[in-house]
Amino acid sequence: MDNLILPTKNTWCPGCGNFGIQNALKEAVSEMDPGKTVLISGIGCHGKISDYMNLNSVYALHGRSIPVGTGIKIGNRELNVVCMVGDGDTYDEGVSHFVHAAKRNSDITVIVNDNRVFALTVNQPTSTSPRGYVSTTSPKGTTEDPLNPLDTALSLGATFVARGYAGKQEHLKRLILEGMRHRGFSFIEVLQPCVVWFNTFPEYNERCYEMEEEYLPIEKAREKAREWDYANDNQIPLGIFYKEEKPTNEEQLGDIHQVDVLAMMEESK
Amino acid sequence: MENFQIIVGGAAGEGSKKAGLIIAKMFNSYGYRVFIHEDYHSLVRGGHNFSQISVSSDIGIEAKKDRIDFLLALNEDTVMKHKDKLGVGSVLMYDVSITNTEVLQKDGIETIPVPIDEIINESEGSSLMKNTALVSSFSKMMGMEFEKIKPILEKEFNRETEKNIKVSETAFNKTEKRRETIETGKDPLPLLSGNKAVAMGALKAGLECCISYPMTPATGVFSFLTTVEGIRTCQPENEISVVSMALGTAYAGRRTIVSTSGGGFALMTESLSFSAQSEIPLLIVLSQRMGPATGVPTYVGQGDLLFALNSGHGDMERFVVAPGDVDEAYYWGGKALNIAWRYQMPSILLLDKELSENTYGLEGRYQIEKEDIVEGLNDTGYKRYEGNDISPIAFPGGEAVVKATGYEHTKDGISTETPQEVKEMVEKRIRKGERLREELEVLEAVKVYKEGPVAIVFWGSTKGALLEATKDMNVRLVQPLVMQPFPEKRMKEALEGAEKVICVEMNSGGQLAQVMRMNGIEVDDKVLKYDARPFTVEGLRSILEEKINI
Repeated sequence: MDNLILPTKNTWCPGCGNFGIQNALKEAVSEMDPGKTVLISGIGCHGKISDYMNLNSVYALHGRSIPVGTGIKIGNRELNVVCMVGDGDTYDEGVSHFVHAAKRNSDITVIVNDNRVFALTVNQPTSTSPRGYVSTTSPKGTTEDPLNPLDTALSLGATFVARGYAGKQEHLKRLILEGMRHRGFSFIEVLQPCVVWFNTFPEYNERCYEMEEEYLPIEKAREKAREWDYANDNQIPLGIFYKEEKPTNEEQLGDIHQVDVLAMMEESK
Repeated sequence: MENFQIIVGGAAGEGSKKAGLIIAKMFNSYGYRVFIHEDYHSLVRGGHNFSQISVSSDIGIEAKKDRIDFLLALNEDTVMKHKDKLGVGSVLMYDVSITNTEVLQKDGIETIPVPIDEIINESEGSSLMKNTALVSSFSKMMGMEFEKIKPILEKEFNRETEKNIKVSETAFNKTEKRRETIETGKDPLPLLSGNKAVAMGALKAGLECCISYPMTPATGVFSFLTTVEGIRTCQPENEISVVSMALGTAYAGRRTIVSTSGGGFALMTESLSFSAQSEIPLLIVLSQRMGPATGVPTYVGQGDLLFALNSGHGDMERFVVAPGDVDEAYYWGGKALNIAWRYQMPSILLLDKELSENTYGLEGRYQIEKEDIVEGLNDTGYKRYEGNDISPIAFPGGEAVVKATGYEHTKDGISTETPQEVKEMVEKRIRKGERLREELEVLEAVKVYKEGPVAIVFWGSTKGALLEATKDMNVRLVQPLVMQPFPEKRMKEALEGAEKVICVEMNSGGQLAQVMRMNGIEVDDKVLKYDARPFTVEGLRSILEEKINI
């Protein structure tokens, strides 16, 4: 597992934000134990990462990476579970899984590749597209306000909440590494420009900034998360907003061992 | 052979189910064969719940009859609802506070009032112990020993145990003995619901995880497994998450079970396809209730056979089995898990409300063990989808890089759209199905009972009523257990020479008949019941007599 990138032909568009995220992940995982890492990806451009990385992986169905990852952690607590997911995956199709994995405090790391568009199906809006977004299924512009993923995650009780940017690889690598090391549900929202459908590189380059003060108290963290609401023109804070230690779902489960079925039958007489 | 039928009923919350179980355990301890049919509505308090216990001195009758020999009533409603099932010689034991004497008058019925409140007051018990008072009075009336009921009460009531025993003792003292119950000489059997039997069979075959969402009538599999030390369980947010998590635990190497009913299964079908494509083993217990939609949620139906066979998008190989009693449920609970893991494909075990929730004596006709799977060398050269049919499986955490995917893929588990690679992978999975089809030869895929020119084909829980209803009839009974791959050859052999083939099912579409026809087997007639209630022995017998023109 020395080389974490497979020779598979890469079909991401030139200049795609996914490259930066993949690099950050590669750097972070190589500082952990790659053999004990399982990557779960969903459906969308980001999902191809399963084909590109020389890691254990489940290339899951659209929206289902988080429960698959939770199951893997329930099955084997020794594994580092990283769900590499999309915004459509997480905030649309699989939103109930996102809500409950945070509530459950599953010891998994969820990295959302948020390009704020369904890109692979050639441009439709997702939950984080801004109001008025014009696409193949919203020719007159969308009529809904976007969801603020960070504020949502904090309100759900996620125990590690961070935001990174595909254009800041070193910074993102630190977030991923901290997220993987955190015991509990780690949520990392990553702003990922889509160079073809929704090129946000210019505005993100201009407006994203690294927070000086991180690990904020919950109310402060929520306030900070609302600084930019995925619609307005405010500055965009990046970094680790919040972290809290809580018992994880998996550490509260018992050990697996053989069961004496014949004794149970005797009990049932 | 002696058989009698007992109904104990009351409002939800009055403990008639517990009373039924205690009665069954009492007779079981005397060596009788017992069976409990549970009937309850979709509500928590009030309404009318009852347990009907079939007690046999020799071979068990695992079905309910129309005629009741003993009616034990915790409230007036119970008397009203079941009085017409009483005949000459039947006994009615009732709470003396039921004052509507008109309903208690019926010629030839022995009526025995039980002073339940008095018994409870004298024993300083609570109103929650009415069921204990009534079953204890019944036991005494039947000539049973107090020392037999005591350990049963101790096991069944882990709260207020002493008080329940005191109530029982008072009831024994206040009741007159009118019958004799003597030991049959046979050993008591483990009393299990189908749900519990499936879970135990799976445990015997190495079950390690259960991921489920509650849904009647399958919840019993899950709730039982949450009480078992040594396995991990989780109740996620919905059935989509359930099946996704189960695929996760299985990918990590844990033998996993999922239990649900039709509506929950509908949500799981997306990932059923994922199981087929990714070759991650999956066992789903699908317990049918009367549909469509919410249907009649606490009552029986057999309307999900075609759904189970055809669920999921895309062509896929799968195993589907439908046991008919608790011994079969135990065996196939383990076997279906083994098959899911040996063939790395989805495996569906079909139950129905009756088999899931009724209580049967486990005769121990089958043994089941954990079967070996084809494991791959966990090293750097590992390829997840290598081989001609069943690929050696490996689990993450070792040297091997283990890939699983819902995309069509190469032997390395990398997505492909190349026609040749797509075709090869489809054919690899087809060959797994062919190997499973070969294994049908050594499985008890079809069972035949009795001989005769008329063949009655049935599946699932109708078995108990059919065996009893046709006891004196010159008919052949044919029970397909494995539904996919369909044991076409075995079925044809079983039906050879039959002048007439009749399908008996609890659905309106004759789903097994349709499956048989798809496999080139003619069905001449159908007996279909779709009032959400199981067949009674007498009811089924009269329909069959008419059909067969006896």
